[in-house]
Amino acid sequence: MIIAAAPPVIPNYGGPPGGAHGCIAKNGTFCWEWVRGHWGDILQPRLFEHLEMTAIAVGIGFAIAFAAALLAHRKNWFETPFSTFSAFLYTIPSLALFQLLVPFTGLTMLTIEIGLVGYTLLILFRNILEGLRGVPVDVLEAARGMGLTQRQVLFRVELPLALPAVSAGIRIAVVTTISLATVAAYITPLGLGQPIFYGLQTNFTTEFVSTSALAVALAIGADALLVIGQRALTPWARARRATA
Amino acid sequence: MTSHGERRETSAAEIVFRGVTKRYPGRRVAAVNDLSLVVPAGEICVLVGPSGGGKTTAMKMVNRLVDVTEGDILIDGRSVRSLNAIELRRQVGYVIQHVGLFPHMSVADNIGTVPRLLGWPKARIRERVSELIELVGLDPDEHTNAYPAQLSGGQQQRVGLARAMAADPLVMLMDEPFGALDPITRERLQDEFLRLHNELRKTVIFVTHDIDEAIKMGDRIAILREGGILAQYDTPDAILANPADEFVARFVGADRSLKRLALKRLADVELLPAPNGNESHYPTVAASTTLRDALALMLEEGRRELAVVDEGGVCGLCSVEQVAALLAPEGRQQE
Repeated sequence: MIIAAAPPVIPNYGGPPGGAHGCIAKNGTFCWEWVRGHWGDILQPRLFEHLEMTAIAVGIGFAIAFAAALLAHRKNWFETPFSTFSAFLYTIPSLALFQLLVPFTGLTMLTIEIGLVGYTLLILFRNILEGLRGVPVDVLEAARGMGLTQRQVLFRVELPLALPAVSAGIRIAVVTTISLATVAAYITPLGLGQPIFYGLQTNFTTEFVSTSALAVALAIGADALLVIGQRALTPWARARRATA
Repeated sequence: MTSHGERRETSAAEIVFRGVTKRYPGRRVAAVNDLSLVVPAGEICVLVGPSGGGKTTAMKMVNRLVDVTEGDILIDGRSVRSLNAIELRRQVGYVIQHVGLFPHMSVADNIGTVPRLLGWPKARIRERVSELIELVGLDPDEHTNAYPAQLSGGQQQRVGLARAMAADPLVMLMDEPFGALDPITRERLQDEFLRLHNELRKTVIFVTHDIDEAIKMGDRIAILREGGILAQYDTPDAILANPADEFVARFVGADRSLKRLALKRLADVELLPAPNGNESHYPTVAASTTLRDALALMLEEGRRELAVVDEGGVCGLCSVEQVAALLAPEGRQQE
C-alpha cells in the first residue's frame, strides 16, 4: 500500500532517483511528469478500484430498488415506508454513516458498499417507480385487452417504457456514487479517494489535483456511456421528440 | 394482396348476452342490469346510451376485462366464463378510443402483437402484417417501420384496427374507436370500417355515446339507459320509426325522421316515371344520394321534384310527397 511505501517528504515525493526536479520539486499545481510516472502504480489501480466500488454499489442498489419499486407498483401501500426509509438513509452525512458502520463491519470494503448502496436507493427507487407509473393507461388497457399476461405486460410493455426514467435514475446514481466513493478512502485505502487524501495530507498538489480530475473524468465518461446506451435501447423516445 | 377468403368466412361468431348483470362491490345500482340480447354472427351491434348506461362495462364482459356477476355471455355457443381469460382475449379483437399503441414498438411490431403471443412463425407474421397495412389503407413503405408517435391520430387508429384484426379474431370489441378523431377523419374511418366489415364480416360490438354514429355503423342498436337497463334493441330504422318509449324518443332526437331518411338512398325508392323530354326542368341528383340530402336539395332549390340520375342517365323523378309517404306509418305498411 502506498501509505506505507511512499516517503511523506515534500517536494521529493515521487521524483526519480537522485531527487525531484522541475515541476515536482516546485510542487506545481499539475505535473504531467508525475502523472506519467505514477499512472501504473497509483492512478490506474485506484481508478479500477473506484470503478469496481461504484459498479458493485449501483448494481446492488439497483437490484434492491428495482424489487422495491415493483412491489410498490403492485401494492401502493409499500411506497411510503420504503421511500421514507431510503430518504432517511440519504440524509445521513456520509462520513458519519461510514463511522457508524465501522463497529459492525470493520474497516472493510463491506462497510463502504453498505453506505454507497444506501445512498443509491432513494434515486433509483423513485425513478423506477415513476417510470412504471408513467406508462399510459390506454397502453396498459390495450395490452390487457389483447391477452398479454401480467408478466408479459411487465416485461414487454411496462419495463421498456420505463427505461428512459430508469436510466435517468441510474445516471444520477452512478455520478453521485463516483463522487461519494472518494470518501471511502477515509475508512479503507481503496479507490481514487486514497491519492486525494494522501496528496492533501502531504500537501503534494499534483497528486490530489490529478486524482480529482480523474474522478471527474470518470463520472463524465460513465455518464456519457450511459446516455449512449440509453439512446441505443430507446430509439422510439427520439421518434417522439422529433415529431413533438 | 393475398386472399384468405376461406379463413374469413368461418371467422365470425354469434354473441349471446343471457341475463347478464354486473354489480360492482359497494355500489347500490347495478352497472349492467339483466341484459339479454343476441348479436347475429357477422353483424355490427352498437351499444349506445348516456354515460352511466353501462355500455363499456357490457362490452368488457365479453373479453372478461370485467367479470360477469350474474348471467352468462356465449360466443359461438361457448360461455366466456368457461374460457381462460387470456386465451379468450387473444381471440377477440380490441380497439379503444385512445388506441393504446405501444409507443416503443414499430407499426409492424404493434400489429404483430397477438400473432406473436400465439406463437405464429415469423414469416407468417410478416406476411400478415403487410397484408393488414394495406388493408387499413396505410403506406407499407412509409409506415411499416415508423413508431406510433410519428403517425397522425387517424393513422394511429388505422394501426389500432389492423392490430385488433391481426389474428383474425372471432369477434371485435370497439370502444368509441373514432371518438378522439376530428370530424373529417372520423367520417372517413367510419366509411372505411364499414367497407372492411362488408368484406370481412366480423361480429362487432361497438360502443359509442353518439346516436348518429350508432345509426350509421350499426346493423342493430342496443340503447342502454342509466342503471344498465336495455331500453330498446332493434335495427336503426325500426328504432327511429318506433321508439320504444319516451327515453328512447328523446335519446334519438326530435329529428329522428330525418335520421331515418339518411339511412335510405334514392336508388332504394320506387321513383316516378320521368316525363319525356323535359328532365332538364328539374334539378338532378345522383341515385346514391340519401333521401335526407335529396330533401335538403329540394328545400334549397324551392322545388317539389328532383330528377334522379345514374350511369344510364335520368331514371326517374323523386317528389317531396314520396319522401313524406315513406315516413308516414301508413306508408310503411303499404311497402
